[in-house]
Amino acid sequence: MTDRLDGPQSSRGGEDAARESSSGPEEPPGTSPVPDDAPPPAEEGVERDGSDGDVHPALADVESDDPAAPRAAPELATAGAAAPAAGPAATTRGTGQGATAQGTARGRTARLGPAPTLALVFLLPAALVLGAMVIYPIVYSIFRSLFDATGDTFVGAGNYASIFSDSSTLTTIRNNLIWVVVAPALVTVIGLIFAVLTERIRWATAFKLVVFMPMAVSLMASGVIFRLVYEQDPDRGVANAVITSVQGLFGSQQGYPDARPRENDKAPVALQQGAVVSRQPARPGQAVLVPLVGVKPATLASASAAKAAQPGPGELAGTVWVDFTQGGGGTLNQVDGTEKALAGVTVEAVRDGSVKATATTEADGTFRFAGLPQGDYLVRLPQSNFQEAFNGIPWLGPTLITPAIIGAFIWVWAGFAMVLIAAGLSAIPRDALEAARIDGATEWQVFRKITVPLLSPVLLVVFVTMIINTLKVFDLVFVIAPGSVQPQANVIALEMWRVSFGGGGNQGLGSALAIFLLVLVLPFMIINIRRFRRDNQ
Amino acid sequence: MTTSALGAPRRGALGRTLDRVGGGLLQALLAVIGVFWLVPTLGLFVVSIRGDAANNSTGWWTAFTKPAELTLGNYSSLLATGFTGSFWNTVLITVPTTVLVIGIAAMAAYAFAWMEFPGRDTLFLVVVGLLVVPVQIALIPIAKLYGTFGIFGSIAGVVIFHTAFGLPFAIFLLRNFFAGIPRSLLEAARMDGAGEWKIFSTVVFPLAKPAVASLGIFQFLWVWNDLLIALVFADTDNQPMTKALQSQMRQFGTNIDILAPGAFLSLIIPLILFFAFQRYFVQGMMAGSVK
Repeated sequence: MTDRLDGPQSSRGGEDAARESSSGPEEPPGTSPVPDDAPPPAEEGVERDGSDGDVHPALADVESDDPAAPRAAPELATAGAAAPAAGPAATTRGTGQGATAQGTARGRTARLGPAPTLALVFLLPAALVLGAMVIYPIVYSIFRSLFDATGDTFVGAGNYASIFSDSSTLTTIRNNLIWVVVAPALVTVIGLIFAVLTERIRWATAFKLVVFMPMAVSLMASGVIFRLVYEQDPDRGVANAVITSVQGLFGSQQGYPDARPRENDKAPVALQQGAVVSRQPARPGQAVLVPLVGVKPATLASASAAKAAQPGPGELAGTVWVDFTQGGGGTLNQVDGTEKALAGVTVEAVRDGSVKATATTEADGTFRFAGLPQGDYLVRLPQSNFQEAFNGIPWLGPTLITPAIIGAFIWVWAGFAMVLIAAGLSAIPRDALEAARIDGATEWQVFRKITVPLLSPVLLVVFVTMIINTLKVFDLVFVIAPGSVQPQANVIALEMWRVSFGGGGNQGLGSALAIFLLVLVLPFMIINIRRFRRDNQ
Repeated sequence: MTTSALGAPRRGALGRTLDRVGGGLLQALLAVIGVFWLVPTLGLFVVSIRGDAANNSTGWWTAFTKPAELTLGNYSSLLATGFTGSFWNTVLITVPTTVLVIGIAAMAAYAFAWMEFPGRDTLFLVVVGLLVVPVQIALIPIAKLYGTFGIFGSIAGVVIFHTAFGLPFAIFLLRNFFAGIPRSLLEAARMDGAGEWKIFSTVVFPLAKPAVASLGIFQFLWVWNDLLIALVFADTDNQPMTKALQSQMRQFGTNIDILAPGAFLSLIIPLILFFAFQRYFVQGMMAGSVK
């Protein structure tokens, strides 16, 4: 199983082999006007390595030396094994043999090819299926989109107008826009980072397998997987569980949301803008009492008894505790033996409105500030002590739903980006990188100035593929967004299904949405066609 | 790996130590990322083998400390609900589609690669264009068409739809591969008097096994994992697993004991295929992205 994800390296080997073997065949210029009825494979290899003058004129310009078959346009003539796209071709014997065999076949044959009518027979099944199931629907949808829900009344561009005026479809367009702006860039960058990092470790194949694996899982199952990940309760959803435990690591303590001072003038502390502040200023050497009430008994189950603080010399100390003796008794505003301490509370020493020192209460509720300069201080328990304990981020709520689903999308597609980019990376000539390093370039400079520019064609392929995928995104949104937040998470592809089949029953609007989606994809279709033609020229 | 090996001779002992520390950090970072990528699927699996009560009260990760909670009960109750029917529907949709796509596309790809006819290059560019056409465009028209022919809701309808939208990629991939097959092999066969069909079926197609394998696994996974087309074209009797699961999503909280094992069952066969044929999977992906 090792090394299998390193396919591109073997493919490079295959191309090299093609180049080497292709420099061999003798090719008398006189025999060139052979009516080839099909593209010669590995032409590019032959052309590039044809250092002997005989080969070059015969192959340099396919069109001119091929008068009998002018329709065999040059852009497709070299498509075969020479195109980098033909991964399988490059990895197998096809390329190498093709190049050698090519030379001999070319010299001796006249036209042996089949009649064009026979081609029709071979094309017929595909043409029928594609015509009836893809081409015809495009035409039909254009017409259908000009009629109303029932299909009886011509409404012109009415359906398109309602796409851009209805608030729910505008939300879908906005969401698709977020998707297109955020997701493809993230997937490409993450794929690039993974591809670069895995070059430096020995277990790269294992890592790639793991990251690539979600590609095989259905988006439906991925949806179920992420519904589980994003459950809000930190005791059930792993995303919030991780966040809670990381917070725990950084010492964030439990909050006391209901704790408050007694509301009378005798209490030594009072509520001020959510914080609890002592009424009388205190000096170092004194003890401050912070009695609170309202804490639920359940919260205090494991709390230990509070202790009155004994300030050392020059020390400001105090106690934060629940001034309530269970079963009655006890003195107000005094630490009685059985009363419970509030541990982990943040306490600030404030002078002239600014915080001079911060402390946290011990298990017995005491806190102390050592080394304060002389002066009058107020003791303050900031509001953060009284906020709700962390209850989990509502990933599946209306505000976070789209980012959450984009997270799942990245989980699915990062492997695709990584594998394609890693293939491009392995094709970068090592000596270029080495030369730059010898010239004293840092790793970052090498990456920025050499690796990324050389990778840009691959990065573009990944990026464009991801844009198309985000425009069409359907399953993940449909499955992950709970019914109640689907309006907020909605995207065009999902809305198209909803209005036409999912209870909407408006196939006019549905057709308009489908055409709209096609129009959005159209630029990328043109980019693909152009790139294909250019690469095969 | 490469860079530190190349950089090492120029650096002192300090640099090498830093390299080693950096390498260790890198390994740790990638290990964390790897775990990150594995945890969601692992979670689904563990949830699928825990009892309902356990799933409702605690997180699945606590199961590692309490293995006694684990049970296969969810799976047996899932099978009792008739989920096996949708499993077989998935198979009945996926296998014929894969075979049809390979067969039809191979013939067309052969014509594009080795036969000459007017407008060949333009037609092939049309195929390249069709690669990205969204399936949404055909849902409404084909639903109407199927209604006319009375195959709406049937497995046949789902198969034909999938076949149509699988063809552009298949033709693209196979044509590129076919064009790389040595010309001499075809010429020799023609000299021996073999017809085009014979050359196609006995020379070209057998040589294209790696490409066919790549295409086959891709096509299989796409159809197996599809939800949208099944949602529109398969009725309840003929629904594949994805649609059956989707219909349970509404009560996500209460029937995770059905959803989790169902989702896991639906992804286990793709995963096996993926690990068994990942070489072809990667090759197909490379070949399929238009460069």
